[in-house]
Amino acid sequence: MENDTIFALSSGAGKAGVAVFRISGPGASGTLELFSGKKLPAREVSFSRLTDPKSTKLIDSGIVFWFAGPASFTGEDMAEMQVHGSRAVIDEMMRALSGSGLRPAEPGEFTMRAFRNGKIDLAQSEALADLIDAETIHQKQQALQQVDGRLSALAMNWYQQLLGCLAPLEAGIDFPDEEDVPVDIENTAVPVIRKFIQELSFYLEEGKKARRVREGVSVVLIGAPNAGKSSLLNYLAGSEVAIVSDIPGTTRDLIEVRLDIKGVPVSMVDTAGLRSQSADRIEEEGMRRARQRAANADLRICLIDGSVENQLRLSILRDLGPGDVVLITKADLASASDIGCNIEHHKHFAISTKTGDGVKPFILHLEAVIAELCGSIEEPRLTRARHIHAVQEARQSLQRSLNYVVEQPELAAEDVRLAMRHLGSITGMVDVEDVLGEIFSSFCIGK
Amino acid sequence: MVTSFDYDVIVIGGGHAGCEAASASARLGARTLLATHKLETIGEMSCNPAIGGLGKGHLVREIDALGGLMGEIIDQSGIQFRMLNKSKGPAVRGPRAQADRALYRKHMQEALAGQENLVIRAYAIEDLIVEKGRCTGVVTEGGEHIRAASVVLTTGTFLKGMIHIGEKRIPAGRVDEKPAIGLSDRLYGLNLKMGRLKTGTPARLDGRTIDWQSLEMQPADERPVPFSFLNSKITVQQISCGITHTTQKTHDIIAENIKKSAVYSGNIAGRGPRYCPSIEDKIMRFAERQSHQIFLEPEGLTDDLVYPNGISTSLPEDVQAAFLESIPGLERARIVRHGYAIEYDYVDPRELTLALQVKSLPGLYLAGQINGTTGYEEAGAQGLMAGLNAALCVSGDDLFTLDRSEAYIGVMIDDLVTKGVTEPYRMFTSRAEYRLSLRSDNADQRLTPLGIRLGCFDGKREEMFHVKQNQLIEARAWASGTLMTPNEAAKHGIKVNQDGRKRSVLEYLAYPDLDAEKLTAVWPELGSWPPDIVEQLEIDATYAGYMDRQKADIVAFRKDEKLKIPSDFSYEMVTGLSNEVRQKLVAARPQTIGQAGRIEGVTPAALALLLATMKKSSIGKRHNHG
Repeated sequence: MENDTIFALSSGAGKAGVAVFRISGPGASGTLELFSGKKLPAREVSFSRLTDPKSTKLIDSGIVFWFAGPASFTGEDMAEMQVHGSRAVIDEMMRALSGSGLRPAEPGEFTMRAFRNGKIDLAQSEALADLIDAETIHQKQQALQQVDGRLSALAMNWYQQLLGCLAPLEAGIDFPDEEDVPVDIENTAVPVIRKFIQELSFYLEEGKKARRVREGVSVVLIGAPNAGKSSLLNYLAGSEVAIVSDIPGTTRDLIEVRLDIKGVPVSMVDTAGLRSQSADRIEEEGMRRARQRAANADLRICLIDGSVENQLRLSILRDLGPGDVVLITKADLASASDIGCNIEHHKHFAISTKTGDGVKPFILHLEAVIAELCGSIEEPRLTRARHIHAVQEARQSLQRSLNYVVEQPELAAEDVRLAMRHLGSITGMVDVEDVLGEIFSSFCIGK
Repeated sequence: MVTSFDYDVIVIGGGHAGCEAASASARLGARTLLATHKLETIGEMSCNPAIGGLGKGHLVREIDALGGLMGEIIDQSGIQFRMLNKSKGPAVRGPRAQADRALYRKHMQEALAGQENLVIRAYAIEDLIVEKGRCTGVVTEGGEHIRAASVVLTTGTFLKGMIHIGEKRIPAGRVDEKPAIGLSDRLYGLNLKMGRLKTGTPARLDGRTIDWQSLEMQPADERPVPFSFLNSKITVQQISCGITHTTQKTHDIIAENIKKSAVYSGNIAGRGPRYCPSIEDKIMRFAERQSHQIFLEPEGLTDDLVYPNGISTSLPEDVQAAFLESIPGLERARIVRHGYAIEYDYVDPRELTLALQVKSLPGLYLAGQINGTTGYEEAGAQGLMAGLNAALCVSGDDLFTLDRSEAYIGVMIDDLVTKGVTEPYRMFTSRAEYRLSLRSDNADQRLTPLGIRLGCFDGKREEMFHVKQNQLIEARAWASGTLMTPNEAAKHGIKVNQDGRKRSVLEYLAYPDLDAEKLTAVWPELGSWPPDIVEQLEIDATYAGYMDRQKADIVAFRKDEKLKIPSDFSYEMVTGLSNEVRQKLVAARPQTIGQAGRIEGVTPAALALLLATMKKSSIGKRHNHG
């Protein structure tokens, strides 16, 4: 039995100008022939009437073409039919394709086939999923670069560098009698490993930023009850997302809003107001969660009600980091001469979400901070927890290897190999032959 | 059992693969014939007169642990024992010994002559008998048909062997020995995938004409360590080797004449080993190097022949003479025999099962250079495995295979039958992913129990093994159960973190600045164990953290190895495989999921599909039965 042939409506569901059907598998070109009634050469675009092969009824006319495998996205024969995007045409096409022995594709099955046929590696298929899910411009660009193979190229480059770390170790082990093999492993392997550890550290730092682009920058609003956190959130989101009321402690659980700030996805979290004490155990739990969430966030915005004297008895400011922001809210009502704490160490703004006063400079600052948190997306980066974990493990193994280089190179080599396995898991490859190849091309072996 | 067989097993070839195969088969009780064209060259070391080295020494220990010959023979004939990597960790120490070639041959021939169930005859074998899809015997040059249930082919470099010296081409399997043509034709006739490989050997020199006085000498180890687990010391006289170097003049001569070298003139198509390049290769590929080291290795205690290790060549005789003259110490050296390159047929080892049987022709086993390997140790190890399996097949017993987590032998055979070869295959420790576990010091602990179960050696080895095992168990229990606080240890001058936590002897041994000698001052009992037992404790301690991880890796590895793919499995049934992967799997016919995963280009996704299909079809089968 051969691979079956699958199809999918690749443009979104629903009414549109054009609907695109893609077909992959051995029956791709045959299907095209059946629908168009003519045999088309591969890679030639043609306009054709399309009929249901079973009922021989005309469905629509549209643009059709096909690619012969393996030079296609999935590596199999692939065909495409672009028809008018009405519900009626789409439904009829679906029925006709199913009726011709084709199977509707499972989610991600085209990508899966491309991966299986070696057209893309693991990192690229992950990126493809990201690209499809991308909500903001930065997400799209980051994913696009990864699809393009930048992360894979980086992982490949690391693999080569690790071969360079491993080769002198292994050569020293397997060819002890060869004068061309460096005796002084300490001075050949150690600097290479050290430099490589530094490089991994750099990418781990960058990776945090890349993950923010992929998963969103997390911003947490904290402050005393009724300080105006929900109002701010609503103002930014432009809609009534959180419940706003004057009764303290309304927002007991965490409310999260996704915002697009200058192309970067931001998840802004409204938390339970922090009070010194609460009779309510549910509210207490809400406060505990708020603190925890704030601690893990990329940025904290602390809100202080400017209309209330000495409002902030809690030492919320202690929880803030150097880059965090303090907002004095209700600037329109501000009358308090003492808000209960010194905010000079923090970037602070006075705003009123009611009148919009002072909001503009705050938002400009917020945009700048978020851009900083996301870094440059021009470089290849680690976008997923899986990548970061692999690199962390690899770095740890390499650190350990340094202890053994001289006395027990076999343990150092063991750790370098382990690092290789971790990094190889990003794209999915490691081969002993490569190590031998590196040895024989760098050293003249053979006494 | 068919009684019309003349023998149970016929082994063709008397090299290192053939000797081990014949001996192993006979030790299992199979009536065995060793057929070789020349009885005097049984056990001959055709090239370098040395056994062991990194990875190779591991193989010899493993052969020995399974009752094979090589370890014991080299212990009786080694004239320069050296433990390589002595300063490094135990997993990568490699025993090596140079041999007295005549002694090695003599002891090998004696060992075979004394082997029960083994008949040795001088026959040139021309052809195989193939009946009903099985190999059932051989045909001699004289036309005699000899029948057997299994045949082991170990033809070395003899299959259509062609010697090259400069422009000269001489059909030969070794110098002055004619090649095997008929057998090669037969193998081609069986439609086996075959190819050509190349190897080379240096000129042999008359030791009396070498100026030894001017040379740096490399002595043997003061305390030679035997290969065989049966031996505790070496009694053969030990000698030194000379060391010299090529000069700029040597390089000039070779570069000027490079077109005359058989390899560079295009006369040789077969691929040579990267790790054993000819001197021509070294000079052309590493042009920046000013000189190359040469070891001058005497071929025996009473033999004047010297093997100049490091300058194998296929240049014409006059060029060989000219460049040798330019090497310090060799200015007046007389060439006894010129160096040459030899090209020969090999069978793509992917044609074989893990038991080294030809997949498409039951009853025929291949071992040694015919499978694309190089080296006596690689050949011997395959010979052992092919001989054991050829005999087991006769009695209908389960086959005997080793996997990558059990032995270097397992690594090698898996590499061969899974990946094939592109150059003569040689063992390296870097090929073994479980290198820390597969050590030369514990080959007996790994393999001798398997040998006992097979019954492939006599009671003496078994008895010695049990004595050692019991001591080890006792010593390990004592070393991990005997504790001391840091405070007490400090009184003995041992400085560890004063955390009050009691540590075992094993834990103290793991400290880099402590060893068994120092700890014997604290625990005199430690000194009462034999040295090899104490060494094992030290190794356990050194690798403790790493071994745990490796054990976990091995468990995961074995899970995949246990998933057997039926030999009649149809890859056509697997939906979703790309054609490329499908073709690779069909060509290699892996025996387990683990093996399938090691075939280049087979992705984890493809393995998942394979597994799913296997599960489906095995459920289907069960339903059919019930």
